[in-house]
Amino acid sequence: MRSRADSDRDPVRAESPSHGVRPDGGPDGGRAAERPGEGAFALGERSWGSRLILGTGGFRSLDALERALLASGAEIVTVALRRVDPTTSGSALEVIDRLGLFALPNTAGCYTARDAVRTAHLAREAFETDWIKLEVIGDDRTLFPDAVELIEAAETLVDEGFTVLPYTNDDPILARRLEDAGCAAVMPLGSPIGSGMGIRNRYNLQIIVERSAVPVILDAGIGTASDASLAMELGCDGVLLSSSVARAKDPAGMAAAMRQAVEAGYAARRAGRISPRLHARASTPDEGLPQFD
Amino acid sequence: MIVELNGKRAKLPERATVADAVREVGVAVEGRGVAVAVDGEVIRRLDWGRTRLENAQSVEVVHAVQGG
Repeated sequence: MRSRADSDRDPVRAESPSHGVRPDGGPDGGRAAERPGEGAFALGERSWGSRLILGTGGFRSLDALERALLASGAEIVTVALRRVDPTTSGSALEVIDRLGLFALPNTAGCYTARDAVRTAHLAREAFETDWIKLEVIGDDRTLFPDAVELIEAAETLVDEGFTVLPYTNDDPILARRLEDAGCAAVMPLGSPIGSGMGIRNRYNLQIIVERSAVPVILDAGIGTASDASLAMELGCDGVLLSSSVARAKDPAGMAAAMRQAVEAGYAARRAGRISPRLHARASTPDEGLPQFD
Repeated sequence: MIVELNGKRAKLPERATVADAVREVGVAVEGRGVAVAVDGEVIRRLDWGRTRLENAQSVEVVHAVQGG
């Protein structure tokens, strides 16, 4: 019969190898050790200094965007394509270019593989890059990916030479299919876009991380700094977030917090956390304890 | 000629090019972050000045906006 302590313990949490980078380079340490160097982030055959990717949507002003970008330390920032509106002044791209950041175009708003591929073609022309954050959504209430259309678009774009970074569900099988299709990363959601609900299925995320040979970037659902830390602690290679910063009371302040959270989570992952246990384990030795009776 | 420019009916001179359509929507032809599709096909920037439009074609001129 199982002891009470065993049954009370969160079984997945207790048994998961993802809760510690073993000093002997065990199953978990092995993946961390594959990385090209301490802190370096290899993505799409390039090396990046920051593991935080910032979306530019939802900021109240370009000034707020600029201050948040600076505070975040992000090097990759996402942009979208829309019909030219001559009434708008200034552009996010001017800010991004001035700061010397990499503008990663997305296919936000596309519901079909056909539209996503066309948008990627437009983006390649507009930004002179073959990198694309691929989003193919199923409906506007959940903004969840449409798996069938997503795979089709990913295969087409990889064949055409794009570096494809797909926003995907927290589904390990779909993530593997995207990796097999040749995507440069997989970007599972933590919870719905803009929901701020954090990581709703950490166990699926752990399975994705455990099995993925390409970088895993947590994309969507981050609400606050601890969510970003958790993503990194679970073994993600990076975090992509937007609303949690853009819609914060103080976007630049939250951007700075996210930067620290991603760094802290990554450092903790590499340092190797202790295994959780139900009962206490004294950190002070009993030996030499004075006796008073 | 009449084309559909970003979803609206627009009158352009006869023999207008893609570059003319770009100017018509109010962006600088040399500006970065702009792309054009005519009847769903992307026209490369190099070809804007020499690609003539035809009556009733659908022209989409897009540019970078803030987005996640």
